Amino acid sequence: MLARIQVPAQARQGEIVTIRIAIQHPMETGYRIDHFGRRIARNVIHTLAVRFGGTEVFSADMGSGVAANPFLQFHVRAQASGEFSFEWVDDSGARGSERATLTVV
Amino acid sequence: MLHRRRFLLAATTLAAVPLLAHAQSDPRRLALLREITGGPLPAAGRVLVDTPPLADNGHSVPVRIAVDSPMSAADRVQQIVILAERNPRPVVARYALGPLCARAEISTRIRLADIQEVVALARMSDGSWWMGGTRVIVTELACLEDG
Amino acid sequence: MRWLAALLCAPITVLAAQPSALRSGLEFASADVRALQADDFANPGMLWVDRGAKLWSTPAGAAAQSCAGCHREAAVSMKGVATRYPRFDREAGAVLNLEARINRCRSTRQQADPLGFESDELLALTAYVAHQSRGQVPIPADDAASRAARERGREQYFRRQGQMNLACTHCHDRLAGRRLLAETISEGHGNGYPAYRLEWQGLGSLQRRLRACFTGVRAEAPPFGAPELVELELYLTQRAGPLRIETPAVRR
Repeated sequence: MLARIQVPAQARQGEIVTIRIAIQHPMETGYRIDHFGRRIARNVIHTLAVRFGGTEVFSADMGSGVAANPFLQFHVRAQASGEFSFEWVDDSGARGSERATLTVV
Repeated sequence: MLHRRRFLLAATTLAAVPLLAHAQSDPRRLALLREITGGPLPAAGRVLVDTPPLADNGHSVPVRIAVDSPMSAADRVQQIVILAERNPRPVVARYALGPLCARAEISTRIRLADIQEVVALARMSDGSWWMGGTRVIVTELACLEDG
Repeated sequence: MRWLAALLCAPITVLAAQPSALRSGLEFASADVRALQADDFANPGMLWVDRGAKLWSTPAGAAAQSCAGCHREAAVSMKGVATRYPRFDREAGAVLNLEARINRCRSTRQQADPLGFESDELLALTAYVAHQSRGQVPIPADDAASRAARERGREQYFRRQGQMNLACTHCHDRLAGRRLLAETISEGHGNGYPAYRLEWQGLGSLQRRLRACFTGVRAEAPPFGAPELVELELYLTQRAGPLRIETPAVRR
Protein backbone atom coordinates (compact mmCIF):
# COMPACT_ATOMS: atom_id res chain seq x y z
CA MET A 1 0.00 0.00 0.00
CA LEU A 2 1.45 3.32 -1.05
CA ALA A 3 2.03 5.79 1.76
CA ARG A 4 4.05 8.87 2.58
CA ILE A 5 5.52 9.46 5.98
CA GLN A 6 6.93 12.73 7.22
CA VAL A 7 9.29 12.48 10.16
CA PRO A 8 12.02 15.10 10.53
CA ALA A 9 15.48 13.63 9.97
CA GLN A 10 16.75 15.16 13.15
CA ALA A 11 15.59 17.07 16.21
CA ARG A 12 17.01 18.55 19.40
CA GLN A 13 16.63 16.64 22.64
CA GLY A 14 13.17 17.36 24.08
CA GLU A 15 11.90 19.12 20.97
CA ILE A 16 8.30 18.50 19.85
CA VAL A 17 8.23 17.09 16.33
CA THR A 18 5.27 16.73 13.98
CA ILE A 19 4.64 13.35 12.40
CA ARG A 20 2.45 13.12 9.33
CA ILE A 21 1.20 10.17 7.38
CA ALA A 22 -0.80 9.95 4.14
CA ILE A 23 -1.93 6.58 2.77
CA GLN A 24 -3.39 5.90 -0.67
CA HIS A 25 -6.59 3.98 0.06
CA PRO A 26 -10.21 4.41 -1.08
CA MET A 27 -11.63 3.81 2.44
CA GLU A 28 -14.60 2.21 0.74
CA THR A 29 -17.66 2.85 2.90
CA GLY A 30 -19.76 -0.07 1.79
CA TYR A 31 -22.58 2.31 0.86
CA ARG A 32 -21.57 2.92 -2.73
CA ILE A 33 -23.19 1.15 -5.68
CA ASP A 34 -21.30 0.31 -8.87
CA HIS A 35 -22.55 0.82 -12.43
CA PHE A 36 -24.30 -2.53 -12.36
CA GLY A 37 -26.23 -1.74 -9.22
CA ARG A 38 -24.11 -3.95 -6.99
CA ARG A 39 -22.99 -2.75 -3.59
CA ILE A 40 -19.24 -2.15 -3.41
CA ALA A 41 -17.94 -3.99 -0.36
CA ARG A 42 -16.75 -2.00 2.63
CA ASN A 43 -12.98 -1.85 2.93
CA VAL A 44 -11.35 0.65 5.22
CA ILE A 45 -8.03 0.83 7.01
CA HIS A 46 -9.31 0.02 10.47
CA THR A 47 -6.12 0.03 12.54
CA LEU A 48 -2.94 2.06 12.38
CA ALA A 49 -0.20 1.68 14.98
CA VAL A 50 2.89 3.84 15.34
CA ARG A 51 5.77 2.60 17.46
CA PHE A 52 9.07 4.07 18.48
CA GLY A 53 11.78 1.70 19.55
CA GLY A 54 9.10 -0.92 19.98
CA THR A 55 6.86 1.13 22.29
CA GLU A 56 3.48 2.27 21.02
CA VAL A 57 3.40 6.00 20.50
CA PHE A 58 0.09 6.50 18.78
CA SER A 59 -2.68 4.33 17.41
CA ALA A 60 -5.85 4.93 15.47
CA ASP A 61 -9.04 2.87 15.12
CA MET A 62 -10.70 4.22 12.03
CA GLY A 63 -14.05 3.68 10.39
CA SER A 64 -15.67 4.59 7.09
CA GLY A 65 -16.10 8.12 8.41
CA VAL A 66 -12.45 8.81 7.73
CA ALA A 67 -11.94 10.43 4.32
CA ALA A 68 -10.38 8.50 1.42
CA ASN A 69 -6.59 8.59 1.23
CA PRO A 70 -6.39 8.99 5.00
CA PHE A 71 -4.21 11.71 6.44
CA LEU A 72 -3.06 11.94 10.05
CA GLN A 73 -0.89 14.38 11.91
CA PHE A 74 0.21 14.21 15.56
CA HIS A 75 3.07 15.45 17.73
CA VAL A 76 5.71 13.56 19.70
CA ARG A 77 8.58 14.54 21.92
CA ALA A 78 12.08 13.67 20.65
CA GLN A 79 13.76 11.92 23.56
CA ALA A 80 16.33 9.67 21.90
CA SER A 81 17.43 8.64 18.44
CA GLY A 82 15.57 5.69 17.05
CA GLU A 83 13.21 4.29 14.48
CA PHE A 84 9.52 4.92 14.06
CA SER A 85 7.52 2.05 12.65
CA PHE A 86 4.10 2.54 11.07
CA GLU A 87 1.81 -0.41 10.50
CA TRP A 88 -1.74 -0.53 9.28
CA VAL A 89 -4.27 -3.06 8.06
CA ASP A 90 -7.55 -2.83 6.19
CA ASP A 91 -10.78 -4.86 6.24
CA SER A 92 -9.55 -7.11 3.43
CA GLY A 93 -6.46 -8.00 5.47
CA ALA A 94 -4.07 -6.03 3.28
CA ARG A 95 -1.20 -4.64 5.33
CA GLY A 96 1.06 -1.67 4.93
CA SER A 97 4.16 -0.62 6.78
CA GLU A 98 6.79 2.07 6.74
CA ARG A 99 9.79 3.02 8.81
CA ALA A 100 11.51 6.32 9.49
CA THR A 101 14.57 7.18 11.53
CA LEU A 102 14.86 10.15 13.85
CA THR A 103 18.26 11.35 15.03
CA VAL A 104 18.26 13.33 18.25
CA VAL A 105 21.15 15.78 18.55
CA MET B 1 0.50 30.00 30.39
CA LEU B 2 -1.98 29.64 33.23
CA HIS B 3 -3.97 32.63 31.94
CA ARG B 4 -4.12 31.13 28.47
CA ARG B 5 -5.28 27.84 29.86
CA ARG B 6 -7.96 29.45 31.97
CA PHE B 7 -9.12 31.43 28.95
CA LEU B 8 -9.23 28.36 26.74
CA LEU B 9 -11.12 26.47 29.39
CA ALA B 10 -13.63 29.27 29.78
CA ALA B 11 -14.01 29.74 26.04
CA THR B 12 -14.55 26.10 25.25
CA THR B 13 -16.90 25.70 28.20
CA LEU B 14 -19.02 28.62 27.01
CA ALA B 15 -19.07 27.31 23.47
CA ALA B 16 -19.98 23.88 24.72
CA VAL B 17 -22.87 24.98 26.96
CA PRO B 18 -25.48 24.68 24.21
CA LEU B 19 -23.86 21.37 23.29
CA LEU B 20 -24.21 20.03 26.79
CA ALA B 21 -27.71 21.41 27.10
CA HIS B 22 -28.65 19.60 23.93
CA ALA B 23 -26.87 16.51 25.15
CA GLN B 24 -28.97 16.46 28.24
CA SER B 25 -32.14 16.46 26.22
CA ASP B 26 -31.29 13.89 23.55
CA PRO B 27 -31.47 10.31 24.89
CA ARG B 28 -29.80 8.85 21.80
CA ARG B 29 -26.80 11.12 22.17
CA LEU B 30 -26.58 10.33 25.89
CA ALA B 31 -26.67 6.61 25.15
CA LEU B 32 -23.94 6.98 22.52
CA LEU B 33 -21.75 9.03 24.82
CA ARG B 34 -22.15 6.54 27.67
CA GLU B 35 -21.35 3.68 25.33
CA ILE B 36 -18.12 5.35 24.30
CA THR B 37 -16.97 6.35 27.77
CA GLY B 38 -18.17 3.15 29.37
CA GLY B 39 -20.46 5.02 31.76
CA PRO B 40 -19.74 8.63 32.70
CA LEU B 41 -21.08 11.56 30.70
CA PRO B 42 -18.29 13.81 29.41
CA ALA B 43 -18.04 17.30 30.83
CA ALA B 44 -18.21 20.14 28.33
CA GLY B 45 -14.90 21.92 27.79
CA ARG B 46 -11.16 21.63 27.18
CA VAL B 47 -11.68 20.07 23.74
CA LEU B 48 -11.38 22.28 20.68
CA VAL B 49 -12.75 21.01 17.35
CA ASP B 50 -11.24 23.17 14.62
CA THR B 51 -12.98 22.67 11.30
CA PRO B 52 -14.28 24.97 8.54
CA PRO B 53 -17.85 26.15 9.26
CA LEU B 54 -18.73 25.46 5.62
CA ALA B 55 -17.17 22.33 4.16
CA ASP B 56 -16.19 22.29 0.47
CA ASN B 57 -17.30 18.74 0.17
CA GLY B 58 -18.55 16.24 2.72
CA HIS B 59 -16.20 13.60 1.37
CA SER B 60 -13.16 15.33 2.82
CA VAL B 61 -13.48 17.75 5.73
CA PRO B 62 -10.25 18.78 7.49
CA VAL B 63 -10.51 18.50 11.27
CA ARG B 64 -8.04 19.43 13.99
CA ILE B 65 -8.74 18.35 17.56
CA ALA B 66 -6.77 20.12 20.29
CA VAL B 67 -7.25 19.31 23.97
CA ASP B 68 -6.20 21.62 26.76
CA SER B 69 -3.83 19.44 28.78
CA PRO B 70 -0.29 19.75 30.18
CA MET B 71 0.54 16.34 28.64
CA SER B 72 2.83 15.58 31.54
CA ALA B 73 3.47 12.06 32.76
CA ALA B 74 0.89 12.49 35.52
CA ASP B 75 -1.71 14.59 33.71
CA ARG B 76 -2.35 13.81 30.07
CA VAL B 77 -4.87 12.86 27.39
CA GLN B 78 -4.98 9.14 26.75
CA GLN B 79 -7.74 8.87 24.18
CA ILE B 80 -9.50 11.08 21.65
CA VAL B 81 -12.72 10.03 19.90
CA ILE B 82 -14.30 11.81 16.94
CA LEU B 83 -18.08 11.60 16.59
CA ALA B 84 -20.36 12.59 13.73
CA GLU B 85 -23.79 11.63 14.98
CA ARG B 86 -25.61 12.22 11.71
CA ASN B 87 -23.26 9.92 9.83
CA PRO B 88 -24.51 6.37 9.25
CA ARG B 89 -21.70 5.26 11.60
CA PRO B 90 -21.41 7.94 14.29
CA VAL B 91 -18.01 6.93 15.68
CA VAL B 92 -15.55 8.20 13.09
CA ALA B 93 -12.26 7.32 14.78
CA ARG B 94 -10.60 6.65 18.11
CA TYR B 95 -7.03 7.58 18.84
CA ALA B 96 -4.80 6.38 21.67
CA LEU B 97 -1.98 8.72 22.66
CA GLY B 98 1.09 7.01 24.07
CA PRO B 99 3.59 8.45 26.55
CA LEU B 100 5.71 10.09 23.83
CA CYS B 101 2.82 12.21 22.51
CA ALA B 102 3.78 15.76 23.35
CA ARG B 103 0.58 17.56 22.43
CA ALA B 104 -3.02 16.42 22.64
CA GLU B 105 -3.55 17.57 19.07
CA ILE B 106 -4.52 15.53 16.03
CA SER B 107 -5.31 16.57 12.47
CA THR B 108 -7.10 14.42 9.95
CA ARG B 109 -9.77 14.51 7.23
CA ILE B 110 -13.22 13.02 7.78
CA ARG B 111 -16.46 12.40 5.90
CA LEU B 112 -19.69 14.12 6.85
CA ALA B 113 -23.01 12.76 5.67
CA ASP B 114 -25.06 15.75 6.79
CA ILE B 115 -24.98 19.20 8.34
CA GLN B 116 -24.06 18.45 11.94
CA GLU B 117 -21.91 19.06 14.95
CA VAL B 118 -18.54 17.36 14.78
CA VAL B 119 -17.89 16.27 18.36
CA ALA B 120 -14.64 15.15 19.97
CA LEU B 121 -14.28 13.36 23.28
CA ALA B 122 -11.09 13.19 25.31
CA ARG B 123 -10.25 10.76 28.08
CA MET B 124 -7.79 12.05 30.65
CA SER B 125 -5.31 10.03 32.66
CA ASP B 126 -7.43 10.63 35.77
CA GLY B 127 -10.28 8.80 34.07
CA SER B 128 -12.38 11.88 33.39
CA TRP B 129 -13.96 12.57 30.00
CA TRP B 130 -14.35 15.96 28.33
CA MET B 131 -16.00 17.02 25.09
CA GLY B 132 -16.28 19.82 22.56
CA GLY B 133 -17.88 20.34 19.17
CA THR B 134 -18.29 22.57 16.15
CA ARG B 135 -21.18 22.82 13.75
CA VAL B 136 -20.30 22.21 10.10
CA ILE B 137 -22.49 22.96 7.11
CA VAL B 138 -22.08 20.48 4.28
CA THR B 139 -23.63 20.89 0.84
CA GLU B 140 -22.36 17.76 -0.84
CA LEU B 141 -22.94 14.82 1.48
CA ALA B 142 -20.62 11.86 1.91
CA CYS B 143 -21.70 8.25 2.28
CA LEU B 144 -25.33 8.70 1.27
CA GLU B 145 -24.85 10.78 -1.89
CA ASP B 146 -22.75 8.96 -4.44
CA GLY B 147 -19.81 10.90 -5.90
CA MET C 1 -32.77 34.18 -13.18
CA ARG C 2 -33.50 36.64 -15.96
CA TRP C 3 -29.85 36.63 -16.88
CA LEU C 4 -30.07 32.88 -17.48
CA ALA C 5 -32.99 33.28 -19.84
CA ALA C 6 -31.17 36.02 -21.73
CA LEU C 7 -28.10 33.81 -21.85
CA LEU C 8 -29.97 30.87 -23.31
CA CYS C 9 -31.32 33.03 -26.12
CA ALA C 10 -28.27 35.17 -26.79
CA PRO C 11 -26.19 34.60 -29.91
CA ILE C 12 -22.87 32.98 -29.15
CA THR C 13 -20.77 35.81 -30.65
CA VAL C 14 -21.95 38.19 -27.93
CA LEU C 15 -20.48 35.93 -25.30
CA ALA C 16 -17.15 35.17 -26.92
CA ALA C 17 -15.28 37.89 -25.01
CA GLN C 18 -12.71 36.46 -22.63
CA PRO C 19 -11.53 38.25 -19.51
CA SER C 20 -8.06 39.72 -19.96
CA ALA C 21 -6.49 38.39 -16.75
CA LEU C 22 -7.13 34.66 -16.54
CA ARG C 23 -7.75 32.97 -13.22
CA SER C 24 -6.84 29.41 -12.39
CA GLY C 25 -9.45 27.20 -10.77
CA LEU C 26 -7.38 27.59 -7.63
CA GLU C 27 -8.57 31.19 -7.30
CA PHE C 28 -12.16 30.01 -7.13
CA ALA C 29 -11.38 27.43 -4.48
CA SER C 30 -11.76 27.79 -0.72
CA ALA C 31 -8.87 28.50 1.63
CA ASP C 32 -8.83 24.85 2.71
CA VAL C 33 -8.52 23.55 -0.86
CA ARG C 34 -5.81 26.10 -1.64
CA ALA C 35 -3.91 25.11 1.49
CA LEU C 36 -4.21 21.45 0.58
CA GLN C 37 -2.82 22.02 -2.92
CA ALA C 38 0.05 24.10 -1.56
CA ASP C 39 1.06 21.40 0.92
CA ASP C 40 3.11 18.91 -1.09
CA PHE C 41 2.88 16.33 1.67
CA ALA C 42 -0.83 16.54 2.46
CA ASN C 43 -1.92 17.02 -1.18
CA PRO C 44 -3.58 13.64 -1.90
CA GLY C 45 -2.69 13.98 -5.60
CA MET C 46 0.97 13.57 -4.65
CA LEU C 47 0.23 9.95 -3.69
CA TRP C 48 -0.36 9.32 -7.38
CA VAL C 49 2.79 11.23 -8.29
CA ASP C 50 4.68 8.93 -5.89
CA ARG C 51 3.12 5.91 -7.51
CA GLY C 52 4.09 7.30 -10.91
CA ALA C 53 7.67 7.64 -9.74
CA LYS C 54 7.69 3.95 -8.79
CA LEU C 55 6.11 2.90 -12.10
CA TRP C 56 8.68 5.02 -13.93
CA SER C 57 11.38 2.66 -12.74
CA THR C 58 9.40 -0.55 -13.15
CA PRO C 59 10.17 -2.66 -16.24
CA ALA C 60 7.12 -3.39 -18.34
CA GLY C 61 6.08 -5.37 -21.40
CA ALA C 62 7.86 -7.89 -23.60
CA ALA C 63 10.83 -5.55 -23.87
CA ALA C 64 11.16 -5.56 -20.05
CA GLN C 65 12.03 -1.91 -20.30
CA SER C 66 11.13 0.77 -17.78
CA CYS C 67 10.56 4.43 -18.62
CA ALA C 68 13.79 5.16 -16.75
CA GLY C 69 15.63 2.76 -19.03
CA CYS C 70 15.37 5.29 -21.87
CA HIS C 71 14.46 8.53 -20.15
CA ARG C 72 16.66 8.25 -17.06
CA GLU C 73 15.76 10.88 -14.41
CA ALA C 74 12.25 12.18 -15.06
CA ALA C 75 13.05 15.44 -13.29
CA VAL C 76 15.53 16.11 -16.08
CA SER C 77 14.13 14.38 -19.16
CA MET C 78 10.46 15.16 -18.57
CA LYS C 79 10.92 18.77 -17.55
CA GLY C 80 8.85 20.85 -19.95
CA VAL C 81 7.34 17.85 -21.74
CA ALA C 82 3.81 18.42 -20.46
CA THR C 83 3.90 21.97 -21.83
CA ARG C 84 3.97 20.54 -25.34
CA TYR C 85 0.86 18.36 -25.07
CA PRO C 86 -1.71 17.82 -26.48
CA ARG C 87 -0.29 18.08 -29.99
CA PHE C 88 -0.51 16.38 -33.37
CA ASP C 89 1.88 13.45 -33.54
CA ARG C 90 3.01 12.73 -37.11
CA GLU C 91 4.03 9.15 -36.35
CA ALA C 92 0.71 8.36 -34.74
CA GLY C 93 -1.21 10.43 -37.30
CA ALA C 94 -3.42 11.86 -34.58
CA VAL C 95 -3.56 14.47 -31.84
CA LEU C 96 -2.16 12.94 -28.68
CA ASN C 97 -2.62 14.17 -25.15
CA LEU C 98 -0.11 13.20 -22.48
CA GLU C 99 -1.99 10.00 -21.55
CA ALA C 100 -2.05 8.86 -25.17
CA ARG C 101 1.63 9.68 -25.61
CA ILE C 102 2.52 7.59 -22.58
CA ASN C 103 0.46 4.69 -23.91
CA ARG C 104 2.11 5.04 -27.32
CA CYS C 105 5.50 4.72 -25.67
CA ARG C 106 4.27 1.64 -23.84
CA SER C 107 3.14 -0.13 -27.00
CA THR C 108 5.91 0.93 -29.37
CA ARG C 109 8.94 0.95 -27.05
CA GLN C 110 8.05 -1.33 -24.17
CA GLN C 111 5.88 -3.74 -26.15
CA ALA C 112 3.38 -3.50 -23.31
CA ASP C 113 -0.38 -3.27 -23.39
CA PRO C 114 -1.69 0.27 -23.17
CA LEU C 115 -2.91 1.29 -19.74
CA GLY C 116 -6.69 1.67 -19.41
CA PHE C 117 -8.31 5.11 -19.28
CA GLU C 118 -8.56 6.36 -15.70
CA SER C 119 -6.60 3.37 -14.45
CA ASP C 120 -4.52 4.00 -11.37
CA GLU C 121 -1.32 3.35 -13.32
CA LEU C 122 -2.09 5.69 -16.22
CA LEU C 123 -3.19 8.45 -13.86
CA ALA C 124 -0.07 7.97 -11.77
CA LEU C 125 2.33 8.10 -14.73
CA THR C 126 0.53 11.06 -16.32
CA ALA C 127 0.51 12.96 -13.03
CA TYR C 128 4.17 12.15 -12.48
CA VAL C 129 5.21 13.36 -15.93
CA ALA C 130 2.99 16.47 -15.85
CA HIS C 131 4.25 17.26 -12.36
CA GLN C 132 7.77 17.65 -13.77
CA SER C 133 6.43 20.69 -15.65
CA ARG C 134 4.66 22.21 -12.66
CA GLY C 135 5.02 25.97 -12.74
CA GLN C 136 5.64 26.08 -16.47
CA VAL C 137 3.43 27.68 -19.09
CA PRO C 138 2.10 25.40 -21.89
CA ILE C 139 3.41 26.13 -25.41
CA PRO C 140 0.58 25.54 -27.91
CA ALA C 141 1.66 23.41 -30.86
CA ASP C 142 1.96 25.52 -33.97
CA ASP C 143 1.90 22.98 -36.84
CA ALA C 144 -0.96 23.01 -39.34
CA ALA C 145 -2.56 19.77 -38.13
CA SER C 146 -2.57 20.89 -34.48
CA ARG C 147 -4.02 24.24 -35.47
CA ALA C 148 -6.81 22.57 -37.42
CA ALA C 149 -7.59 20.24 -34.52
CA ARG C 150 -7.53 23.15 -32.11
CA GLU C 151 -10.04 24.99 -34.27
CA ARG C 152 -12.35 21.98 -34.09
CA GLY C 153 -11.91 22.04 -30.32
CA ARG C 154 -12.78 25.73 -30.28
CA GLU C 155 -15.95 25.04 -32.25
CA GLN C 156 -16.86 22.34 -29.73
CA TYR C 157 -16.31 24.83 -26.90
CA PHE C 158 -18.79 27.27 -28.46
CA ARG C 159 -21.31 24.69 -29.62
CA ARG C 160 -24.62 24.44 -27.75
CA GLN C 161 -25.45 20.89 -26.79
CA GLY C 162 -27.52 18.64 -24.58
CA GLN C 163 -31.02 19.01 -23.23
CA MET C 164 -29.96 22.23 -21.58
CA ASN C 165 -28.69 23.52 -24.91
CA LEU C 166 -25.63 25.15 -23.36
CA ALA C 167 -22.09 25.60 -24.65
CA CYS C 168 -18.97 25.63 -22.44
CA THR C 169 -18.67 29.35 -22.98
CA HIS C 170 -22.03 30.06 -21.35
CA CYS C 171 -20.76 29.15 -17.90
CA HIS C 172 -17.02 29.45 -18.13
CA ASP C 173 -16.59 32.76 -19.94
CA ARG C 174 -19.30 35.16 -18.76
CA LEU C 175 -20.42 33.46 -15.56
CA ALA C 176 -17.12 32.57 -13.96
CA GLY C 177 -17.28 33.62 -10.33
CA ARG C 178 -21.06 33.29 -10.13
CA ARG C 179 -22.72 30.57 -8.11
CA LEU C 180 -24.29 27.40 -9.47
CA LEU C 181 -26.15 25.80 -6.56
CA ALA C 182 -23.51 25.77 -3.80
CA GLU C 183 -20.53 25.91 -6.12
CA THR C 184 -18.62 28.76 -7.70
CA ILE C 185 -18.20 28.48 -11.47
CA SER C 186 -14.56 28.61 -12.51
CA GLU C 187 -13.15 29.71 -15.87
CA GLY C 188 -12.71 26.04 -16.80
CA HIS C 189 -9.03 25.96 -17.65
CA GLY C 190 -7.81 22.50 -16.69
CA ASN C 191 -4.19 23.53 -16.09
CA GLY C 192 -4.04 21.45 -12.90
CA TYR C 193 -4.99 18.11 -14.35
CA PRO C 194 -4.71 15.24 -13.60
CA ALA C 195 -6.19 16.66 -10.43
CA TYR C 196 -7.43 15.36 -7.08
CA ARG C 197 -11.09 16.20 -6.74
CA LEU C 198 -12.68 15.90 -3.32
CA GLU C 199 -15.90 14.80 -5.02
CA TRP C 200 -14.11 11.96 -6.80
CA GLN C 201 -12.21 11.00 -3.64
CA GLY C 202 -9.32 10.40 -5.99
CA LEU C 203 -7.21 11.70 -8.84
CA GLY C 204 -8.78 11.99 -12.29
CA SER C 205 -7.97 13.18 -15.77
CA LEU C 206 -9.16 16.29 -17.57
CA GLN C 207 -11.23 14.10 -19.88
CA ARG C 208 -13.07 12.72 -16.86
CA ARG C 209 -13.88 16.26 -15.81
CA LEU C 210 -14.97 17.25 -19.31
CA ARG C 211 -17.23 14.22 -19.56
CA ALA C 212 -18.89 15.22 -16.31
CA CYS C 213 -19.65 18.62 -17.87
CA PHE C 214 -21.21 16.98 -20.93
CA THR C 215 -23.40 14.97 -18.57
CA GLY C 216 -24.08 18.13 -16.61
CA VAL C 217 -25.80 19.80 -19.57
CA ARG C 218 -27.53 16.51 -20.32
CA ALA C 219 -25.53 15.79 -23.42
CA GLU C 220 -24.11 12.39 -24.26
CA ALA C 221 -20.52 12.35 -23.06
CA PRO C 222 -18.03 11.20 -25.72
CA PRO C 223 -16.09 8.08 -24.68
CA PHE C 224 -12.62 8.47 -23.18
CA GLY C 225 -10.06 9.13 -25.89
CA ALA C 226 -12.66 10.40 -28.39
CA PRO C 227 -11.33 13.01 -30.85
CA GLU C 228 -13.85 15.59 -29.58
CA LEU C 229 -12.37 15.38 -26.10
CA VAL C 230 -8.74 15.54 -27.25
CA GLU C 231 -9.51 18.49 -29.54
CA LEU C 232 -11.30 20.23 -26.69
CA GLU C 233 -8.25 19.62 -24.46
CA LEU C 234 -6.07 21.09 -27.21
CA TYR C 235 -8.21 24.22 -27.40
CA LEU C 236 -8.43 24.58 -23.61
CA THR C 237 -4.65 24.38 -23.27
CA GLN C 238 -4.22 27.33 -25.61
CA ARG C 239 -7.18 29.20 -24.10
CA ALA C 240 -5.58 28.92 -20.68
CA GLY C 241 -2.95 31.28 -22.02
CA PRO C 242 -0.32 32.23 -19.45
CA LEU C 243 -1.68 30.03 -16.64
CA ARG C 244 0.92 27.64 -15.29
CA ILE C 245 0.69 23.88 -14.92
CA GLU C 246 -0.37 22.99 -11.36
CA THR C 247 -0.43 19.21 -11.54
CA PRO C 248 -1.49 17.67 -9.23
CA ALA C 249 -4.10 20.33 -8.41
CA VAL C 250 -6.72 19.91 -5.69
CA ARG C 251 -10.26 20.87 -6.56
CA ARG C 252 -13.71 20.40 -5.08
